[in-house]
Amino acid sequence: MTPFTYARAQDAQTAIQLAGAAPAARYLGGGTNLVDLMRETIETPDALVDVTGLSQAIEARDDGSILIGAAVKNTALAAHRAVRQHFPLLSRAILAGASGQIRNMATVGGNILQRTRCLYFYDDAARCNKRSPGAGCDAREGFNRMNAILGASDACSATHPSDMCVALAALDATLHLAGAEGTRRIKLVELHRLPDDQPDIETILRPHELITAVELPALPFAARSTYRKVRDRASYAFALVSAAAALDVAADGTIRDVRLALGGVAPKPWRAFKAEAMLRGAPATAAAFRTAAEAELAEAVGLSGNSFKIELAKRVITATLTELAGGVA
Amino acid sequence: MSGQMEARQSAMLASMSDVPERWLTTSARDKHGTLGAPVTRMDGALKVGGRARFAAEVPLDGLTYAAVAFSTIAKGRIAALDTTAAESAPGVVLVMDYRNAPRLKLPPVMFSAPKAGAQSSLPVMQDEQIHWNGQPVAVVLAETQEQADHAVSLLRISYEAAPAVISFGAAQQNARTPEKILREPTSVAIGDAEAALAGAAFKIDLNYRTPRHNHNAIELHAATAVWQGDRLTLHDASQMVNMTSWTIAEMFGLKEAQVHVHSPYVGGGFGGKCLWTHQILTAAAARLAGRPVRLTLSREGVFRAVGGRTTTEQRVALGAKADGTLAALIHTGVAAMTTHNNCPEQFTFPARHLYAADTIKVTQQVADMNMIANTFMRGPGESVGTFALECALDELAEALQLDPIELRRRLEPEKDPTSGKAFSARHLVEAYQRGAARFGWEKRSAKPGARREGEWLLGMGVATATYPYYRQPGGAARIRLTADGRAFVQMASHEMGMGTATVQAQHAAARLGLPLDHVVFEYGDTDLPPGTLAGGSSQTASISVAIIAATQALTEELLRLAGNESPLAGLSADEVETSDGGLRAIAEPDRFESYASILGRAKRDDISAMAEAPPPSEVQTYSMHSYGVQFCEVKVNEVTGEVRVSRFLGSFDCGRILNAKTATSQFKGGIIMGLGLALMEDALFDERSGRIMNPSLAEYHVPVHMDVPEIEVMWTGIPDPKAPLGAHGIGEIGITGVGAAVANAVYNATGRRIRELPITLDKLL
Amino acid sequence: MRFIVNGQHVEAVFDLRTSLLDLLRDHLGLSGSKKGCNQGACGACTVLVDGERINACLALAVQYQDRAINTVEGLSEPGALHPLQSAFLEHDGFQCGYCTPGQLCSAIAMAAELSRGVPSAVTVDLAAETIALSHDELRERMSGNLCRCGAYNGIVEAITETFSPQKSAQEAA
Ligand SMILES: Cc1cc2nc3c(=O)[nH]c(=O)nc-3n(C[C@H](O)[C@H](O)[C@H](O)COP(=O)(O)OP(=O)(O)OC[C@H]3O[C@@H](n4cnc5c(N)ncnc54)[C@H](O)[C@@H]3O)c2cc1C
Ligand code: FES
Ligand code: FES
Repeated sequence: MTPFTYARAQDAQTAIQLAGAAPAARYLGGGTNLVDLMRETIETPDALVDVTGLSQAIEARDDGSILIGAAVKNTALAAHRAVRQHFPLLSRAILAGASGQIRNMATVGGNILQRTRCLYFYDDAARCNKRSPGAGCDAREGFNRMNAILGASDACSATHPSDMCVALAALDATLHLAGAEGTRRIKLVELHRLPDDQPDIETILRPHELITAVELPALPFAARSTYRKVRDRASYAFALVSAAAALDVAADGTIRDVRLALGGVAPKPWRAFKAEAMLRGAPATAAAFRTAAEAELAEAVGLSGNSFKIELAKRVITATLTELAGGVA
Repeated sequence: MSGQMEARQSAMLASMSDVPERWLTTSARDKHGTLGAPVTRMDGALKVGGRARFAAEVPLDGLTYAAVAFSTIAKGRIAALDTTAAESAPGVVLVMDYRNAPRLKLPPVMFSAPKAGAQSSLPVMQDEQIHWNGQPVAVVLAETQEQADHAVSLLRISYEAAPAVISFGAAQQNARTPEKILREPTSVAIGDAEAALAGAAFKIDLNYRTPRHNHNAIELHAATAVWQGDRLTLHDASQMVNMTSWTIAEMFGLKEAQVHVHSPYVGGGFGGKCLWTHQILTAAAARLAGRPVRLTLSREGVFRAVGGRTTTEQRVALGAKADGTLAALIHTGVAAMTTHNNCPEQFTFPARHLYAADTIKVTQQVADMNMIANTFMRGPGESVGTFALECALDELAEALQLDPIELRRRLEPEKDPTSGKAFSARHLVEAYQRGAARFGWEKRSAKPGARREGEWLLGMGVATATYPYYRQPGGAARIRLTADGRAFVQMASHEMGMGTATVQAQHAAARLGLPLDHVVFEYGDTDLPPGTLAGGSSQTASISVAIIAATQALTEELLRLAGNESPLAGLSADEVETSDGGLRAIAEPDRFESYASILGRAKRDDISAMAEAPPPSEVQTYSMHSYGVQFCEVKVNEVTGEVRVSRFLGSFDCGRILNAKTATSQFKGGIIMGLGLALMEDALFDERSGRIMNPSLAEYHVPVHMDVPEIEVMWTGIPDPKAPLGAHGIGEIGITGVGAAVANAVYNATGRRIRELPITLDKLL
Repeated sequence: MRFIVNGQHVEAVFDLRTSLLDLLRDHLGLSGSKKGCNQGACGACTVLVDGERINACLALAVQYQDRAINTVEGLSEPGALHPLQSAFLEHDGFQCGYCTPGQLCSAIAMAAELSRGVPSAVTVDLAAETIALSHDELRERMSGNLCRCGAYNGIVEAITETFSPQKSAQEAA
């Protein structure tokens, strides 16, 4: 690790000021991603601004929305009664990630901004356009089992590894941001960029812009929702493919509304807008789910080691929605 | 089996055998003392209390911390190595590279001399040549670990790359046939197996592939080195303290006695905690700095600088007659290796000893690559060899429409099929029968895909487990008896979690006729009488024989000391036995004197005797192996291809079990590592760079709690009359056969044959 | 900087880059907490901070000033083991013993999480007020602690016996 200074901020304003004072400052949440990357010298901040002292409040409002402070720990969010009751897919997504210990450390803000686990991003002897723009990408022809099938570019196929974000994408979460230029709100699904030819620029955040909170708008039918994660061992592994879904089926068996997002398949939490649009008004049948899955994955491109994810994603989507519809896959 | 029955049986067996009777009995009265009982680990309280100090935890004044830079090319030379920035970083004591490292002789590679322990014969930081991607190229010493780690990142190193052999496929073009596979012939041919195969009524001819594995003991490799003049003390995590001491002494031009290796606790070994470059570099850096040095490899460092199990491609061809007996058995293949090590991965060994066949052909090759020297890892050879052989047998059983267990029963040989030697003990068929009954094998449907629970398809599979009995030559034990009736049994052997220290204390207590809490087994230190390496499941036999010899020597010493006033006066060592804390005349049980009384009369505080173990002649005469059967039930998700092991039973035949508790753990531990081998483990070697790309416990998957069901183990417990204590080492056998049992169960669940490990879900979609 | 380690107030001066794990092991001489990866991937470094389990290797020590940190050394005095430690001995919940301090600390906090009703990935009913310590719940919750020796069965038995008295009473009957 390169040397750095450390300061702890109790509020957003202080945090932004502290960060603004150092050219390569980073906010520090639980450190479970940043400290690891600093040890690998992939991240070399000159200053750490500890933001775990910011709001750890979870505010369940009467209108059914929930406001979550950025410093809320992953465990606390997953265990919160209102989340479990109204947004079970979010609890389940968080609990499917990492380990009990890491979830106790990890913050909501840090989870959203964790970086990819692409093997070539992690190895400074490899070529990686994300680490060194223009260097090339060794993952394309290398071990890319974990890499993206949707939204990738020739320059980069790294995935965003978060489970939590998949649920947040499905829930249409809004991020509260604060920076030197004031505060703003954006949709979580707009936060992460697709790589195109600039995979080093991962989000639309401005320099030292801080996530202060995440807001979940009310979504009554999310009470019937789930998260399904497929991985290489039974626990404590990143997703190969995951799906967060909520389903609202009318009495006549047609789909009133649906939310669907995918993890492990794209450089960002992948909201399946196409599939959702096809399904609204369609019958809640396995066949309809499969057709929508086919459409969502129509543009998927497999690499040498991850083509299996295309079929896997279709199956996971179909099975997850079928289960929510009350049937057996 | 009851203790009494067992005792009677072993006495009977011993009387028929040509090994010393005392190998099978211990003390006369208390036939086996606590041997066999589920005695709790003696080092347990220290370990659960966090008070056992491992190699990286020895407190020392003036300690410096090391960090290592690893090469990023597979072959070539260091073109430039700029240490300026690193040297001027805060806290840095020095930077060591090939230009200033102490001059060292070439490492004596394992098998090149009896005590040679180096895993590679390459020079250690002596020149600018690079031989593998990940080779240590510089060591930074600093006052703190943080400073050393940072300074390494400031080294500026450039390379001139040379063409490297880093594709297994390309390397196979130049595959060679080694002279020997360990100490065995490389090839065995009985009859014309290819012709017999061609003419067989039923035949299968299949290829299997297994990937690279890493031991990944949870304790990171670490060494702490302190020089006092020309004497080196090395605190190591080691499964071969004497070989490490001898080898380092050779390299530094010292006498073996000048290199003191201390390794009381080892946080898992599995073959990985032998002598690699990091211990040598620690000693060299400490010498250069004139200060103690601690070097802990990072987890990435473990993948770069410590070899693992190599990759193999194997062919198994079986030709059968209508009754299932084999007309031809062929097992051949190739493993990746290097020109600078000696570990051909003996995957053809099981096929040499398991099944009767009219004709047999086994032979294996190695393909040299530019990579870190591969090495022995739990069940080397047998773990991946049984995957191929036992999967093929399952396929043959199906072709013959025979139950796989019935097929194996029909293939049971009367004597060793290739050496022709008599088996010292073999109760494999019994292990099959007992295991099958316990597991409920009869519920298996021969037709794949017949059982289902929701999305999950269920299947059962079975495979034979086998591992040779080895006893290492050399080694000696000393027993010191004190006037208060306590024994200190000493041998520089190793406890890495196998239970060795506990089992040998049980053994010594039984042998000396002392209560268990009066016996301490001391190990893990080269100041003790020399031990043998903890490898090849050989320690139990190697230590036991040395203790038996030392007890004999001690008895003679005691009788001499007892003199004419003793009730034992005039008796020879062969006429007495140990019993109840003393010696007793065998023919006249009333003639007895306690150790305390003998020592007291002679006014001695203690008495000690040391003896060397006799050479392992038993393996010359007999075919000696452990056996087992792995029963597995899996669930395979039809939607996602995920495989979950829902039930597992290991039924073993490994001679007498010496401690039911630690043995159970050894078997289960092997099985669990086998589940990793079957389902997830793969050290990803990028054939463009020769670099392992997942040097991390997050990306190299080993089984977690959730992957592991409640495993059952059982054993025949029938003593091997040709082995000391009637027992075999059991560290490795647990992993053998597991890959095949899982693969066969996956087939039974899904109808899909997976012939390449690991069985990841994409292969089942 | 000040810390409360196993109930004792300690002061330490150290490099800001020091992890909580290295602070304990290298600066405070508390080597009971183990380093198996330094990557957050094995759980050998698990310690308790204000009663909650974390991986000390990914925790910068500076972030944990004035917090109550408990390590394996604080679980018991020599000769008077914590019931869970005794159960590990009884059920052979370890072999080499290297992952053991992490397993112990993790299990203690895991039991507390369970009794607070914190769900896990295998909890069927998220709305449930109480969650029983089933075999699956236990294994899922302990999956952040690798054991390469494969002592998992013994660990599970030891934890079950210690934290689910009803179950072990039933089994004894
Ligand atoms: C072994 C292992 C396994 C894992 N497995 C999984 C898994 O299966 N699924 C999964 O989803 N995740 C997994 N993770 C990742 C884990 O979820 C993340 O590391 C964690 O969520 C990051 O949170 P943190 O608070 O520790 O972030 P930090 O490491 O502190 O920060 C991460 C990034 O976020 C920035 N940041 C933090 N807070 C803010 C803020 N408020 N505003 C702006 N920027 C901020 C930091 O500057 C940094 O760039 C795993 C991690 C490990 C080590
Ligand atoms: S050492 Fe911290 S998780 Fe492995
Ligand atoms: S006991 Fe060795 S790693 Fe768990």
